[in-house]
Amino acid sequence: MRASSRADARRTWWWATPRSGGIAALALVVAVLPLGFANGYFYDVAIQAGLNSIICVGLNLLIGYAGQISLGHAGFFALGAYGSALLAARYGWPPSLALVTAVAGVALVAYCVGRPILRLKGHYLAMATLGFGVIVSIVLANDDRLTGGPDGMQVPPFALAGYVARSDHAWYAIVGACLLAAVWLAQNLVESPTGRALRALHTSEVAAAIAGIDCPRHKVNVFVVSAVFAAAAGGLTAYYAGFITPSSASFVRSVELVTMVVFGGMASTFGAVVGATVLTVLPQALTVLKEYELAVFGALLMATMVFLPRGVVPTLSGLLQRGTR
Amino acid sequence: MSAESLQFVAGGLTTGAIYALVALGFSIIFNASGVINFAQGEFVMIGGMSAATLFASGMALPVAIACAVGAAGIVGLMLAKFAVGRARRADVVTLIIITIGASMLLRGLAQIVWDKRIHALPSLSGHRPVELFGATILPQSLWVLAVTIAVVAMLSWFFGQTRLGKAMLATSYNRLAAELVGIDVRIVLLASFGLAAVLGAIAGVLIAPITFVSYDSGVMLGLKGFAAAILGGLGSFPGAVVGGLTLGLLESLAAGYLSSAYKDVIAFVVMLAVLLVMPGGILGARTSARV
Amino acid sequence: MGIIDRLRPATSLAGMVFALMVLGAGVAAAQEPIRIGSILSVTGPASFLGDPEQKTLEMYVERLNAAGGVIGRKLQLTIYDDGGDAEKARTFTKRLIEQDKVDVIVGGSTTGTTMAAIPLVEQAQIPFISLAGAVGIIEPVKKWVFKTPHTDRMACEKIFADMRERKLVKVALISGTGGFDKSMRAECLKVAGRYGIEIVADETYGAADSDMTAQLTKIKATPGLQAVLNAGFGQGPVIVTRNYRQLGITVPLYQSHGVASKQFIKLAGDAAEGVRLPAAALLVAELLPDTDPQKAVVVAYKRDYEARYKSDVSTFGGHAYDGLMLVVDAIKRAGSTDKAKVRDAIENTHGYIGTGGVVNLSATDHLGLDLSAFRMLEVKNGDWALVK
Repeated sequence: MRASSRADARRTWWWATPRSGGIAALALVVAVLPLGFANGYFYDVAIQAGLNSIICVGLNLLIGYAGQISLGHAGFFALGAYGSALLAARYGWPPSLALVTAVAGVALVAYCVGRPILRLKGHYLAMATLGFGVIVSIVLANDDRLTGGPDGMQVPPFALAGYVARSDHAWYAIVGACLLAAVWLAQNLVESPTGRALRALHTSEVAAAIAGIDCPRHKVNVFVVSAVFAAAAGGLTAYYAGFITPSSASFVRSVELVTMVVFGGMASTFGAVVGATVLTVLPQALTVLKEYELAVFGALLMATMVFLPRGVVPTLSGLLQRGTR
Repeated sequence: MSAESLQFVAGGLTTGAIYALVALGFSIIFNASGVINFAQGEFVMIGGMSAATLFASGMALPVAIACAVGAAGIVGLMLAKFAVGRARRADVVTLIIITIGASMLLRGLAQIVWDKRIHALPSLSGHRPVELFGATILPQSLWVLAVTIAVVAMLSWFFGQTRLGKAMLATSYNRLAAELVGIDVRIVLLASFGLAAVLGAIAGVLIAPITFVSYDSGVMLGLKGFAAAILGGLGSFPGAVVGGLTLGLLESLAAGYLSSAYKDVIAFVVMLAVLLVMPGGILGARTSARV
Repeated sequence: MGIIDRLRPATSLAGMVFALMVLGAGVAAAQEPIRIGSILSVTGPASFLGDPEQKTLEMYVERLNAAGGVIGRKLQLTIYDDGGDAEKARTFTKRLIEQDKVDVIVGGSTTGTTMAAIPLVEQAQIPFISLAGAVGIIEPVKKWVFKTPHTDRMACEKIFADMRERKLVKVALISGTGGFDKSMRAECLKVAGRYGIEIVADETYGAADSDMTAQLTKIKATPGLQAVLNAGFGQGPVIVTRNYRQLGITVPLYQSHGVASKQFIKLAGDAAEGVRLPAAALLVAELLPDTDPQKAVVVAYKRDYEARYKSDVSTFGGHAYDGLMLVVDAIKRAGSTDKAKVRDAIENTHGYIGTGGVVNLSATDHLGLDLSAFRMLEVKNGDWALVK
């Protein structure tokens, strides 16, 4: 990956550039957070927040930077999860190989699906991706001899070179490392020529095309990248949870993912992480409300978007910047 | 056509008319604000649930229906006034997330105000099926079809003839220009949400006797209604009807002739194919991109 | 923008979130209560299971506490709503075990949520009584896992036995696409041959479908059709029943135990007349002969539930009642909440009379019910009637 020009200019202070600094800070948070964990349940919630963050970092590339909406990303997540699970459980593949193969398979699927449907615009694209997600979830639920149907299937534990990942600590480490890698990749992509092309076509596709940018190719590429992030998180989730159901591909889940991205702040990688984390932890905190949980969650979501319309991170950091100026 | 295939068509029309009625609400709000209102299904649910519970508490059916439609209208206005209207300058995606929050809030409130059980509402004219060339259809389905057509006619009149309607239409074409000629886009937004909520509630009241209603029945109806609106061409009222009926017929014929397990898959695949050939939906506007 | 600026919102948010989590962790009780945990699908597509289950558990824990608790200790009930989502159920199970440190878990409304919880309870060695239907939960036997509802295989067997008696052999299946429906459909296909039943059609419908006439028209046209069996719950079976009459299909219609509540008759109206289904004795509590060993239990439960919640009793709430009472009974016999002792006590339950039937558990049978626990009911004049 190519380093950004700004990092080049201040090589001695590489860790203090916004990008590297952000990743260093995230790494610090990931490393320090377990000190406050009382038991395995905290690890569990943190791991899920991490997995959702990985998906959202990828999805944010598509929605936030390229301006293309997808309401079917749960479909890619589920394909990654079921692909890994099926290859490992039914055909006895080593889990790591199954995971890589499944992710590669999803990349291919995303390419084949993305090429035609990314010609659609706005809400029509949303509908087409939604249709894709719905199709995946129905096929997974219907093909019960292979997938176990709506009640789901068991997944063998993740093993690599004789080491079997079972403990919460191991999974926290794996997911934390993957999250950092995902953020690093996304940041590099954003700073690369592709990232600039994406932002250009977000502003105006026609203008970008006139400027010589191959819009369809860039759109399909970022679509595939975001699908790969989702599929990788899906595969990890399957091994971590040891159990998956087709509801992981549901329309509701896709909407949840988009909500996380917009909540955290579009076109902000750390916003995606914050959005995913907050919206993963919040339902756990709201269980004390019992039957009021759904209503309160909905109201909080509305209020956040009304008062912080650009999302939590961009709006708050904007305010901070204004305050310190 | 054999009686069997006629029956498939009759079933498809029943479902399709329901989708069409829900789809109309999506198009109204889209025209006024460019937003996909994910709470549209909840308007349908509120209409059905209010009517069902009011009727069960002893209110006469017409009064219960009127109250239900009124209640939903108020909810729609409040949603526009206190949430969507306040964030008017935000991104369309942000507005969509607000409607997603609203749908959760409304569902959550419904489960507290009412309960989580399934409720029924009596049909407007009995359960005795009407026979047509060997196929049977419930009278309520005919009601749904008739009301859908009547609503489209009224909407055409409203948007073609009335001042408010024309203002809403103008806003949908170009919001800035509309503002410049003195149209208050806040009123337009309020009116569109109120109208869409009223329409949704009418749909809810009409379809509750066929599909029943519970606090979460709006989710799937909203999804299918959205699909129908897109298929027909977002923002077009005849398109909503065509999209709804097409989707209903697709599902029914797929279940009848191919596989009932994969009928939704077949319907969605056909829909994707249609969108690829006609990227603006069946009756959608053919606009070229402008810089 | 400087690094600090960029970080501040993130760290302050993390702090807030953390504080919320700690707050949500619950308040420690003054004395040492018996902690009963529960994961239920109170909302979502399976809320028809989870809602009565939650109400039942809350009511009876309250009653037991009012009566002085169990072995001199109060009961403390923690219920989490998984919304029917297996992933959430797994997290909440972990929370019950590690955070709330429960002594026993009752719940898992659906097969999916139960299966997601099983690896955790087995690893943590906590007695777990599932309220879900599928036979796969207790077959093969898992050391710490029990369940109270009849299996879907038993429902199929009961229905097919009744069909055989009426000499109905060519049967069409119509089922929903949910977990309950598909699991029952699979079991029915498996055992049909044993009862000499031939499945001549096999149709499905979606969870929120509004019209099933296409599927039923196909079934109607099947040559030699003698009966139709609908596996499903919620509004689906009601719409099937109505469409069935709309199309004028005259062969007998069987429903599953998934609609075993008076609500089915209320929603389907006249169309429900003549429909048969297998259900626990609870639905016909008053109709049972006085000699029936279950009568006292089911009449009392039905009276309590309907008086408190002003809604019709369903067999699903009964499963939760059985689950809770099995646990209470076992804790009394074990004299402590030691997990291994309680587990052994549950496994040694004999002749326990619940709403679902007479329960005899053993090391090889973690359900303990036989076919006699199911009654065949028919809808007559807008009410349930026992088929003799």
